[in-house]
Amino acid sequence: MPTVSMTVNGKSVSAEVEPRTLLVQYLRESLGMTGTHVGCDTSQCGACVVHVNGESLKSCTMLAAQAEGADVTTIEGLANGDELHPMQEAFRENHGLQCGFCTPGMVMSALDLVQKNSDPSEQEVREWLEGNLCRCTGYHNIVKSILAGAQALKG
Amino acid sequence: MTGTGIGASVKRVEDQRFLTGNGNYTDDINRPGQSHAWILRSPHAHATLKSVDTSKAEKADGVIAIFTGADMAADEIGGLPCGWQIHNKDGSPMLEPGHPPLAHEKVRYVGDQVAIVIAATRDAARDAAELIEIDYGVLPAVIDMDSALAGGTLVHDDVPNNRCFDWEIGEKDAVDEAFAAADHVVSIDLVNNRLIPNAMEPRAAISDFDRSTSQYTLFTTSQNPHVIRLLMGAFVLQIPEHKLRVVAPDVGGGFGSKIFHYAEEAILTWAAAKVHQPIKWTAERSESFATDAHGRDHESHAELALDKSGKFLGLRVATKANVGAYLSTFGSSVPTYLYATLLAGVYTTPAIYAEVQTVFTNTVPVDAYRGAGRPECTYLLERLVTKAAREVGIDPVELRKMNMIQPDQYPYQTPVALMYDCGDSPATFASALKASDYAGFEKRRAAAEKSGKLRGIGISTYVEACGIAPSAVAGALGARAGLYESAQVRVHPTGSVTVYTGTHNHGQGHETTFAQLVSESFGIPIDQIEISHGDTDQVQFGMGTYGSRSLAVGGPAILNACNKVIDKAKKIAAHIMEADVSDIEFADGKFTVAGTDKEMAFGEISLAAYVPHNYPIEEIEPGLDENAFYDPLNFSFPGGAHICEVEVDPETGDSEIISFTAVDDVGRVVNPMIVEGQVHGGLAQGVGQAMLEGCVYDDNGQLLTGSYMDYTMPRADDLPNFSVATQSVMGASNPLEVKGVGEVGAIGSPPAVVNAILDALAPLGVEDISMPATPLKVWQAIQESSVRQAAE
Ligand code: FES
Ligand code: FES
Repeated sequence: MPTVSMTVNGKSVSAEVEPRTLLVQYLRESLGMTGTHVGCDTSQCGACVVHVNGESLKSCTMLAAQAEGADVTTIEGLANGDELHPMQEAFRENHGLQCGFCTPGMVMSALDLVQKNSDPSEQEVREWLEGNLCRCTGYHNIVKSILAGAQALKG
Repeated sequence: MTGTGIGASVKRVEDQRFLTGNGNYTDDINRPGQSHAWILRSPHAHATLKSVDTSKAEKADGVIAIFTGADMAADEIGGLPCGWQIHNKDGSPMLEPGHPPLAHEKVRYVGDQVAIVIAATRDAARDAAELIEIDYGVLPAVIDMDSALAGGTLVHDDVPNNRCFDWEIGEKDAVDEAFAAADHVVSIDLVNNRLIPNAMEPRAAISDFDRSTSQYTLFTTSQNPHVIRLLMGAFVLQIPEHKLRVVAPDVGGGFGSKIFHYAEEAILTWAAAKVHQPIKWTAERSESFATDAHGRDHESHAELALDKSGKFLGLRVATKANVGAYLSTFGSSVPTYLYATLLAGVYTTPAIYAEVQTVFTNTVPVDAYRGAGRPECTYLLERLVTKAAREVGIDPVELRKMNMIQPDQYPYQTPVALMYDCGDSPATFASALKASDYAGFEKRRAAAEKSGKLRGIGISTYVEACGIAPSAVAGALGARAGLYESAQVRVHPTGSVTVYTGTHNHGQGHETTFAQLVSESFGIPIDQIEISHGDTDQVQFGMGTYGSRSLAVGGPAILNACNKVIDKAKKIAAHIMEADVSDIEFADGKFTVAGTDKEMAFGEISLAAYVPHNYPIEEIEPGLDENAFYDPLNFSFPGGAHICEVEVDPETGDSEIISFTAVDDVGRVVNPMIVEGQVHGGLAQGVGQAMLEGCVYDDNGQLLTGSYMDYTMPRADDLPNFSVATQSVMGASNPLEVKGVGEVGAIGSPPAVVNAILDALAPLGVEDISMPATPLKVWQAIQESSVRQAAE
């Protein structure tokens, strides 16, 4: 089995995996980083969103081998110790999560939106979330969280 | 004051772990030496299993074992049980055909379990499953309820006409008389569309068997681990409770779909003892679509009798409900006691009669999905009442008002068994009308018309029943379980507290809300309180979380246990402070002696309870740890009014929700932030049912909506911001005065949306539209009506 190496949340990692292993499986099964979730088998739910080389990406759409040498950030890499990242804090403050299953993908996706558009409108947030499903919140408080997170990040 | 008691929008305790990727969902768990399972499922909706040959697959790389229905039958494994027995009109019990966990001799829906392959990796198990050779004797499938009832093809050979039961409620004669005396009769035919629950976390399980102790462990994505332990242990696998531990860790949403005892749980637990190693199984989303119990799926004909003035005189309802291929755990109670008992709605209709036939088809079992029976009931009533307003020529607001139960009529005995304990529908209705600026609607309609859009406004006023109980009443109606809840409140020596609750948190925020109850009761901040749930080895017993029962039934159990702690603590305080117990007062976390300045903190008393050096040992035992079981006096009855405003583009059929207003009476609100979130989520599912979601099987029983490409889940840009408010009459049947909020959004909203779309289309002569009201359906309705009008 080939060895795949990359940087995840600032740390160099490597593991032997079957060639068909997806990036999300590599993270969850090889590295035991279970914060990134799998909610579908058709690349539509967004529970698996991570950042690869600074851009959000559904980690079920990429083979681990394709991420060889890449710089990956997952939900586990955001907080500074116990101190939440401002976007995580905005979700907590605005009740942007219920069961928490979609949350890692939502937060990672939101961060990519904000780095592309630091002052999004409500409609822009709703459109951006096209690839992220949530069954619990009705999105109302997720949208509110992201708008608040964007403002917090603008400082 | 702690600031974390009842009524505070405390930020959620559980969020820290979810936001940092440290949730502990079933698929996140791995057991040492674990193997992986793949379930081979039937590709046919209806077929005999002529032969199942696993020999080639058994030799494949990594395969540990393969089991089929024949293996389970050889071990005399029982069928999956149904938890509620319904009786036919003639008093005979419903028909309950066997439900083997692994199909034996016959498969009855696409997705039915045929074999389990256990291997070193999931991929190896899946690859090997493809080598299993099955000779299916394909049979015609029966999918729609009318064909099923006609007989011919039988899903179960011992169920004639595929009819599970034929049940009735209410006074048929009284209703016939009401109709005979009526000035107007309005009738409607409705389909309540079949839905696929789609909790974002797919179902998963890990089983384990310890040979040295004969102890089984099952981790599972369940809303009620103790119920699974009871059903699977006692009815399917014959494992006594003390040898079976069921753990439901963090669960990524349920909405009903994770209440039920599923075949995979029994198959994995049984197989773990055969292979002597843990087995892990996680569903793919396609499997969730094809095998999680679906929701709704009713066809109804309803008639409303009115007098000249518009007063409702009688209601007659005939419903067919699809239960799928097998009776799921609560599949029989949903279209009966959770549905037809609410047909009075918020109205004083004096005579009601309903009959319900449930039908087996070659589709996945149908069971409770958020709202469970009450959305079906509310949709029927609110569509019918709106239609009546139009036909009789009375304003829909006025017609509702003149028929509503008035606040001074509570407790209100309906003609269909339930006694509403309290409520004030006119008040929530008035508030919703005001908040939605109902009065200003015609102006907005005119403005929209100028830009070529059709505006409509739709109303739904509803009541629902949750926290099903008391157990004795539910038992008399056929429930095969109690419906109480339990709590243990363990005060530790230094005064921090762990609460063990039999309910289960899968997004509802119990770890926060329940801690607020204890914070209020003991006067300590919530960071001193931990809520523990989900593990049958830790929690004494419980019925779990469904039917908006957790706070209404589980909450009082916690409160009662807290009160027992306080009673005992007062005795300790009296002893130490040398006072009479009757003089001990407890407030803000301090025990004081009335009329003196003596006081002891909560933590001092708890320490004394565990270090009983100066202690009334002859009167009470050491320790501060109390249990309570709570069985409510009645259901609780949340209700309210939902008003939806839409704009339809007549060129494309596209409907957009412009505003959605919900004013709900949920009783006492413990955490307003969480309550609003629950309403938002319910509304989204209601709007999803009304406009987007619909399960479709083809005539051969193939699921056409088996992925997110085919089944429309509500997305962020499909939904509006919701305007939600609570306006409560305090609950009358439990000491916390709470009612339940988990389902109100999904119950009240669908008819508000559809009524709004029909109101928008009314000028074009469109009279009916079925859910989901997709752009295609709206556009077709517009075309058909214009063709019809041109012909007239
Ligand atoms: S798991 Fe659903 S999009 Fe990746
Ligand atoms: S919080 Fe449960 S799916 Fe989004």
